[in-house]
Amino acid sequence: MSRNDGGTRLISLRQVTKTYGEGTASFQALNGVDLDIGQGEFVAIMGPSGSGKSTALNILGCLDAPSSGHYLFRDIEVDALTRNQRALLRRHYLGFVFQGFNLLSRTSAQENVELPLLYRGEDAAHRHDASRRALAQVGLTGWEHHTPAELSGGQQQRVAIARAIVTQPLVLLADEPTGNLDSKRGHEIMELLVSLNRDQGITVIMVTHEPDMAAYASRVVRFADGNVDSDSMKVAA
Amino acid sequence: MNQMLLNALLLALRAIRRNLMRSFLTVLGIVIGVGAVITMVTLGNGATRMVSDQISSLGSNLLILRPGQQLGPGRESAGAANFRLADIEALQAQIPSLRAVAPVVGSRVTLVVGSQNWSSQVSGTSNAYFTAGNWKIAAGRNFDEDEETAGKAVCVIGDTVRKQLFGSGSPLGGELRVKNFTCVVVGLLAAKGQGAMGQDQDDVVLMPIRTVQRRLTGNQDVSTVMLSMRDGANTDQVMVQVRRLMRERRKLAENEEDNFNVMDTKQIAETLSGTIRTMTGLLGAVAAVSLLVGGIGIMNIMLVSVTERTREIGIRLAIGALEHEVLLQFLIEAVVLSALGGLIGIALAFVTCLGLTALMNMPFLFNPGINLLAFVFSAVIGIVFGYMPARRAASLDPIVALRYE
Repeated sequence: MSRNDGGTRLISLRQVTKTYGEGTASFQALNGVDLDIGQGEFVAIMGPSGSGKSTALNILGCLDAPSSGHYLFRDIEVDALTRNQRALLRRHYLGFVFQGFNLLSRTSAQENVELPLLYRGEDAAHRHDASRRALAQVGLTGWEHHTPAELSGGQQQRVAIARAIVTQPLVLLADEPTGNLDSKRGHEIMELLVSLNRDQGITVIMVTHEPDMAAYASRVVRFADGNVDSDSMKVAA
Repeated sequence: MNQMLLNALLLALRAIRRNLMRSFLTVLGIVIGVGAVITMVTLGNGATRMVSDQISSLGSNLLILRPGQQLGPGRESAGAANFRLADIEALQAQIPSLRAVAPVVGSRVTLVVGSQNWSSQVSGTSNAYFTAGNWKIAAGRNFDEDEETAGKAVCVIGDTVRKQLFGSGSPLGGELRVKNFTCVVVGLLAAKGQGAMGQDQDDVVLMPIRTVQRRLTGNQDVSTVMLSMRDGANTDQVMVQVRRLMRERRKLAENEEDNFNVMDTKQIAETLSGTIRTMTGLLGAVAAVSLLVGGIGIMNIMLVSVTERTREIGIRLAIGALEHEVLLQFLIEAVVLSALGGLIGIALAFVTCLGLTALMNMPFLFNPGINLLAFVFSAVIGIVFGYMPARRAASLDPIVALRYE
């Protein structure tokens, strides 16, 4: 039973499967997932490794296409899109934060944050203003010209979050965003995500295996054996 | 579309800036290739021009008559009799197309003035030599009739001899010791510079031929005859006339081969220029191979770069870069790099040519055609060798690329 308690429906997966490989060597990562996520939700996806949670995040993030089933994103049939159409969807509606930060090395924080705007064809003045604003939002004013090597892990993840939100996306997808950080920095990052979700209404979908990080989410979806095992809403505190 | 190109250019420039050292090493092959091609061709052009300039400074329409057969494999030039002064008179009298006929007999001797000495070529000749050899008198005069017929000890010296023996002072009226006699300098030749074979044309002392025959060689022989034709004379015809006359004077039978030979300096110049052109082409081709190798170097580095930057490509794709945008960025990176290499190569070639031509006393002929060609070629190399790596980068799966360590 899927749930839809977070406002207007944004995302819905219907009987989504994902199979890697062919024949006897094939591996079914997802088998018939049904999942709905509403606008403004903060969802944590948990589960043991191999449970399909990362595959699900890749499909939700339009990085990968399902083998069968349907994926509706704001009434767009994502499973029918081409590779480039999915790239455009990512460009306009989605932001990504990764466990390993994935910033461009030897590139200043500001240029890293500007990158998605460049692909959107924004002009230089707007790129400059928007990237500074995004960096200010994550508390990195004054660090604009530092390269990743000159920043701490927590700061690097903040740059990555600034890069994800600079385009004002509908959804922020985070793949173990605190996995490479100590618990203090991890909690800081989580608080930042919570404030983005609360103050700007950005839907956050986060994969994690740390229960105390998942505790920040308003909803926890547990995966097991390629399907949703449990789905629980937290009562607002 | 324009905005997209501009953005791709910006992305490419940022990527180049991030890896300045690698970018520099990447283009080094192109720099050297372009530099080598342009340098070779420019120096070749300069050498060709220098040779043709020098041949024309030798005198226009000049034939050279020497004893012995045409030099060549299996042919013997020794043993053939030298010419006599009577031969010179006969040539002058019987072939109207000849403007000047100069006998030459030479000897290498040491010249002494005061405490200075200098080894140089002393040539015995007549006043016709100045016409035939296209020499101008810079100061003083040529020989007078009395000096020529009596074989007096006078001489006209070249500029190098003046510098070596008289320094900055005037050589006119000065006395030059040549072996066991002393001769008076009556004239100074205008400087000509380096000869076609690299020899110094101004390192010369001219004396009346009878003086040299009597005091240096001790015989009546004339070893070389310089024949200057009138303007508009038919070279082939004159050569036939000279040959017929000399066969007659040397009493050669019908079935005997010539024991002398006539050379056309223009023909020598053409042969020489042709040889230099061939060499230029050959060196240019070798340099072009190095340009190709430079291109392959770019492809190699770009391919390595794609592998090394797999995560970066993954990030770009995840953020929403389209396939053709990544393709364009990598392609522009390759083209900007190779075009930049081309420009640096052109600058390098310019400086090298400037230095080398000055060193070798050659004219520096800037050749816009080869510069443009080399630049366009380097840009094309960027497109050709940049395409494959760019294609590979663009077609990466973003998930796989992101996970790449």
